[in-house]
Amino acid sequence: MAINVQSKPKVHTREPVINDFAFSVATKNGSGSQTSNNVLVMSLFRMGIPVNGKNLFPSNIKGLPTWYTIRASKDGYTARKAITEIVVAYNDGTATEDVANLPPGGVCITTDKIARVIKQRDDISYYEIPVAALMKQTDVPSAFRKLVENMTYVGAVAKLFDIPLDLIYDVLLSNFKGKEKPAKMNHDVIKLAYDWTAENIEKTDPYRFERMDGTSGKIMMTGNDAGALGAVFGGVNVVAWYPITPSTSFVDGIISFRHLRQNENKENTIAIVQAEDELAAAGIITGAGWAGSRALTSTSGPGISLMAEFAGLAYFAEVPAVFWNITRMGPSTGLPTRTSQGDLLFTHFLGHGDSRQLCLLPGNLKEAFEFGWKSFDLAEALQSPVFVISDLDLGMNNWLSDPFDYPDQPIDRGKVLNAAQLQSFIDEHGKWGRYMDVDGDGVPYRTVPGTNHPFSAYFARGTGHDVMATYSERSDDWVENMHRLSLKMDTAREMLPQPIIENSSGSDIGIVTFGTNEDAVREARDWLANDGIQTDYLRVRALPIASAVGDFIHSHKSVFVIENNFDGQLNQLLHIESPEDISHVRSLALGDGLPMTPSWIYENLKEQEG
Amino acid sequence: MPPRVNQLGLSRNEYKGRPSTLCPGCGHDSISNQIISIAYEMGIEQHNFIKVSGIGCSSKTPAYFLGGSHGFNALHGRMPSVVTGALLANKDLSCIAVSGDGDSGSIGMGQFKHVIRRNVPFVYIIENNGVYGLTKGQFSATADEGQFLKYYGLNEMPPIDLALEAVISGASFVARSFSGDAKQVQALLQAALRHHGTAVLDIISPCVTFNNAETSTKSYPYGKDNEVPLHEIEILAPDYVHAKEEIEVGDYEAGDIIDVEMHDGSFIRLKKLDNDHDPRNRRMAIDVLEQSLREQIFSTGLIYYEEPRPTLADTEDLVSTPLARLDEGSLRPSKEAFEGLMRGLMAG
Repeated sequence: MAINVQSKPKVHTREPVINDFAFSVATKNGSGSQTSNNVLVMSLFRMGIPVNGKNLFPSNIKGLPTWYTIRASKDGYTARKAITEIVVAYNDGTATEDVANLPPGGVCITTDKIARVIKQRDDISYYEIPVAALMKQTDVPSAFRKLVENMTYVGAVAKLFDIPLDLIYDVLLSNFKGKEKPAKMNHDVIKLAYDWTAENIEKTDPYRFERMDGTSGKIMMTGNDAGALGAVFGGVNVVAWYPITPSTSFVDGIISFRHLRQNENKENTIAIVQAEDELAAAGIITGAGWAGSRALTSTSGPGISLMAEFAGLAYFAEVPAVFWNITRMGPSTGLPTRTSQGDLLFTHFLGHGDSRQLCLLPGNLKEAFEFGWKSFDLAEALQSPVFVISDLDLGMNNWLSDPFDYPDQPIDRGKVLNAAQLQSFIDEHGKWGRYMDVDGDGVPYRTVPGTNHPFSAYFARGTGHDVMATYSERSDDWVENMHRLSLKMDTAREMLPQPIIENSSGSDIGIVTFGTNEDAVREARDWLANDGIQTDYLRVRALPIASAVGDFIHSHKSVFVIENNFDGQLNQLLHIESPEDISHVRSLALGDGLPMTPSWIYENLKEQEG
Repeated sequence: MPPRVNQLGLSRNEYKGRPSTLCPGCGHDSISNQIISIAYEMGIEQHNFIKVSGIGCSSKTPAYFLGGSHGFNALHGRMPSVVTGALLANKDLSCIAVSGDGDSGSIGMGQFKHVIRRNVPFVYIIENNGVYGLTKGQFSATADEGQFLKYYGLNEMPPIDLALEAVISGASFVARSFSGDAKQVQALLQAALRHHGTAVLDIISPCVTFNNAETSTKSYPYGKDNEVPLHEIEILAPDYVHAKEEIEVGDYEAGDIIDVEMHDGSFIRLKKLDNDHDPRNRRMAIDVLEQSLREQIFSTGLIYYEEPRPTLADTEDLVSTPLARLDEGSLRPSKEAFEGLMRGLMAG
């Protein structure tokens, strides 16, 4: 084999950088790089290094460019970094741009073939891997050859930055669910590249990994799996859905955890229906919720659009059901595989007429699980649809987390009357009506079909009913109903998850955000603090907005609302909900299809704060 | 004299709903009355029934029957999905659902066909009048080609035959009737209620306000003069002792009787009229519908029947307790299972 002449190192003596740098792996979609990247992330996780992996992928099955970013951070920062120090440039189509994006002193790992055209810089290290020649030495069957080719960069990375080979083998075994044959086939290629790198490449960069104790007791998972697991522990009974990126893997998660809820005869307590479209999926869960089960759908923006009519009906008929919206850019083609927080207003106001849907806004993996089960309790306690707004970044990427907490309260079915309770209700109140508010919290009592009592039946419909659920077109009946629904919203405000508040700095600057921006905001706040700029922090976790949010806004002179959409939708909502002038609340919104970065927040906040 | 009561000790009145608000003489009210009669005669327990509908004149009717059953007046064309969800939540419930030709033939065509595909067990009644009533007289997709209506002029589109669509989609019970033929509607309803699968009843039900001219095939005068029943229908309940030799054939030859055995052990007895239709033959069912459409013959009766395939709840392999009645033990896995799962996900 020809020995490649490596470019001369330009930076000789730099302090080593340990466990604090980021990779970008550039490949083509469908080339099997997902497995390679997962192996790297999980290996770092098992070395005890806090790590994240974010897949920035195209709407395509095969051929279009895809990037996977891996960030190791000894300090536990897991937000996406805008700039990565290392690129694995395995896609000839993007290699020139990938190399151009590296900072001085960066590293490019590429194939000997691509290297010929991209060696335009003299301030970075180039490591060339003779992929074709190495693959010729393997006995990988030709059918798999293209798919395992990417394992060559895993081998090179392992050698260059010190990831133990035996640990990689363990990860491969887990990845292939204990099957030795594929694990070994992949590992052979990794080892070949590892050995070749050891023999032929002179390391000229300062980056390396070292075992540490930053992940023991922690787990890694995608947000979709976490939410799905939460739903399974929350007693979901009926799942109806239609395939759509990035929510499909949510239902895949429920399917994979379904066995946890089977009885001893392997019979299911969770029905899963792939419907003909999202509209039907919403109809199925509305029917199921009305009939007394815990029903869920998972979708994304286009699906939410189709579900609008049922969402409105369920809101006014007061039917519990849980809708997960794994948000993405949209509509139609172009950016469906890019993350976004652009559905906040649309989802909150979904339905025609005066409706405000209850929304939960998980910001991390633990909350994805927690809201997964809690959403059912809230939907039944408040007799309403509940929307959990996650996003592609949380849903489809692997996140590091403390283990979840087992639900700390028993399942709450809300105000459902069985036959005996219905009789007691009638004895106490003289009669029962589906929309009577006897508790003064706006939440009535309901019955479900199958309740054996002569007065249990009622007729559900959208608008146009009185407290007895009788058809009515009287204005006073409807106005009374709307007043009660307002009261129910106020009950919800304080019952839904309250905001996370860090209010100890005594600063005049408050930062408000929601969802997955949390990590980037946390890191940016640390950078600002290093510059002497202290900030307070509030993360909204539910809509309608809790009263504590107003208190926070009014106790700071300058408030920045950071969110991952173009129009600053949370900021708009705060202005809608505030009775007073809150012109000191300003929007810092960026909707560019990518997970938020600390550097963008840091730079823009500094500029605004002047 | 005390009112007549059924085996549950209930009078027919107790199977009624609220007073109808439809136009006097509406075919739909006649169908509601047949539902009330059959529910009373079969002695159904109303709390185990649900009634669901879409939007339109027909979809208002569930408020007018079975006042002791939970009802849901859902969205235009979307009744089938609500029924699917409700019957997954509680597979012990029975369901009568009402739709119309606009509801099922246009906006809800997708849901109509897919609920049949899933084989959700319920009675799917289409009250078919060829016209949109609540929006004042537009043609529906089942209107006759060449028909003329006052405000909307000439209909130049061919009709969609919903019974044919049901057969093609894989329905195991498809019937057509006429709301003016109370006896046949009752017999078919009774059979449909005993069916263990989606049972589609396409009932021509005249709109007295917008589509009752003699020239319309969806009118009372046309139906009364032109209905061609395929057979006489009688339902023999499971407790009926089925003995061929005891058949009271009257004017019929033994070979002119078809006894269709149903899932619950009851029989639909079909007495032959002047044709050879056998509803157990799918090819014949399609032929009779296509011929009726082509030659404008108003054929009614049981068009198609087959032993139903597994219902949706069967294919989902659900536990025997209805999902809506499961207790916490079945809804939430144990803390031990949870902690084992968490440990398996840890780095070490």
